[in-house]
Amino acid sequence: MKLILEKGISGRDGYSLPQDLFEEIKAEECLPEYAISKDKKKLSEVSEVDVIRHFTKLSKLNYGLDDGFYPLGSCTMKYNPKINEKLASLSNFVYAHPLAPEETVQGSLEIIYHLNQLLGEITGMDEYTMAPAAGAHGELTGVLIMRKYFVDRQEPRHKMLIPDSAHGTNPASAAMAGFQVVEVKSNERGTIDLKELAKLMDQDTVGLMLTNPNTVGLYDEGIEKIEKIIHSKGGLLYYDGANLNASLGIIRPGDAGFDIVHLNLHKTFSTPHGGGGPGAGVIGVKKGLIPYLPTPLVAWDSVKKRYYWKEVGEKSIGMVRSFWANFPVLVKTYAWILSMGPDGLYNASETSIINANYILAKLKEYYKPVYDRYCGHECTLTGKEYKKYGVKTLDIAKRLMDYGIHPPTIYFPHFEPYAEETIMIEPPESESKEVLDRFIEIMIKISEEAKTEPELLTTAPHLTPIRRVDEILAVKRAILTYDDELKLKDELKYREQDIDF
Amino acid sequence: MIHKVIENLYYAKSDEWLKVEGAIGTIGISDYAQDQLGDIVYVEKIEKGKKIKQGEPLTTIESVKAVSDVYAPVSGEIIEVNEKLSDDASLINKDPYGAGWIAKIKIDHPEELKNLMSAQEYSEYRKE
Repeated sequence: MKLILEKGISGRDGYSLPQDLFEEIKAEECLPEYAISKDKKKLSEVSEVDVIRHFTKLSKLNYGLDDGFYPLGSCTMKYNPKINEKLASLSNFVYAHPLAPEETVQGSLEIIYHLNQLLGEITGMDEYTMAPAAGAHGELTGVLIMRKYFVDRQEPRHKMLIPDSAHGTNPASAAMAGFQVVEVKSNERGTIDLKELAKLMDQDTVGLMLTNPNTVGLYDEGIEKIEKIIHSKGGLLYYDGANLNASLGIIRPGDAGFDIVHLNLHKTFSTPHGGGGPGAGVIGVKKGLIPYLPTPLVAWDSVKKRYYWKEVGEKSIGMVRSFWANFPVLVKTYAWILSMGPDGLYNASETSIINANYILAKLKEYYKPVYDRYCGHECTLTGKEYKKYGVKTLDIAKRLMDYGIHPPTIYFPHFEPYAEETIMIEPPESESKEVLDRFIEIMIKISEEAKTEPELLTTAPHLTPIRRVDEILAVKRAILTYDDELKLKDELKYREQDIDF
Repeated sequence: MIHKVIENLYYAKSDEWLKVEGAIGTIGISDYAQDQLGDIVYVEKIEKGKKIKQGEPLTTIESVKAVSDVYAPVSGEIIEVNEKLSDDASLINKDPYGAGWIAKIKIDHPEELKNLMSAQEYSEYRKE
């Protein structure tokens, strides 16, 4: 398909002004020199209908949550009610200026204040910062709070413990904050090896960053012991909320002894996730860590009966983001929590756990699970058995696209000896039994194809607009601009045969 | 799928091989390791002259599906690096025991070879 830049015809216009009403003026005649662009960009000369058809076509080539099942493990690709989008787009929110005086935005401040209390109640924490704009940003904020805490106590600790099953952002955030990352191995049940943890935890270690349920979708039953090991050496326990979708309304990380809790509002709490759109990686802390929270924080003045931006003290890690937060995400979260209620949140987690275990039970005979035990909100299967037919997990994922389903996460987590050729499936609470049954049926069909017609898989997908992509080239020669595209086009003689419209 | 294991090389549990010629050892990763990683796109540059201890990370290999550390099978000084890998890291996939070698090391303590496996032991260790 041609780019819009390639579709232009010289002289074509989107809209013609009545010529007798306007006279043509040259920019040089009415603008100062500095305001005139010297580098004339070539814009595409297209008509309105060209533009509409171009972008409508592009939108049809896409696949998203509104199209169908999106079982991307570890990502919680759930459907989010459209009404929350509508609420976040109310003009009073949208047009509130970031520098507006407190008394003119009391409603917005109230939402931030109440959301803080709700999240505190849901997770068992004392206060939240809404500032971090995304998951990894929240992690870094949390780790900086840990650092400031130890600097303040004049305990120079250097190491951070992170399980081998963690998301890559955990070690990255810890390293960015200046800590040396120490890996904690998983045991044969897929959870933390307590003996190893006890050996590694010492007075030079700030603590442990733990995702629970973890990245393989397993609940770490050792959490009580883990908490004792970390706290007995004066360390802090950090909770990565990536998988909160399996524990919302059921358990509270604060009760399990976590000192810092990270939540992805854009994942668990009704904001589309995975589109690179605005997120909110809020961070909650226990009482003793409140002084270290970044600014801004909202407080309630019970005398003047108004909300205000509270001054933070000298211990605060400062500001981590301009202005308030990604506020619309907070509105959607607030609306979702209130509309769900405590029972609704519990049901959401329960349904997502039942969904994942249903898929696990139905498919484990065909795709051997990494750990044969109940899972949380996602299950990790493998395509190991099909290697002998020359079929890899990648091929299975590609074949799913032919059946109109977004492939699950593959080759993640990737740690030996337990996890190889992994397929990680997360069917969130918004998916019905009918959707799951169709997915299961297709997965079983693909397992048969792998045995009888392996080439059908190794050359898949066959029915998508773009066929098998060259992943090495995609990594080594990323096309980031139109100029890159032009250069590569000459070089590769553009693989027209791969693009079938 | 059967993975190639070459005789007369030493193997580490973390899937590196070491070919010993006098005091010099050549380091690479096994056929099993390259197959597990999948298409390799990048090998982190190794400094010549770098001193390293047995079991320490020597470099990082990035494939389309994972990023993985390569550990030094013995202690010593890196005296040569396979420059060809910076242009074409897929040499490791194509020829893991030959053109896909990663670095040469001056072996400090030959007794450390005892911690490594023989070809036969390694085949047994990685038997599917």
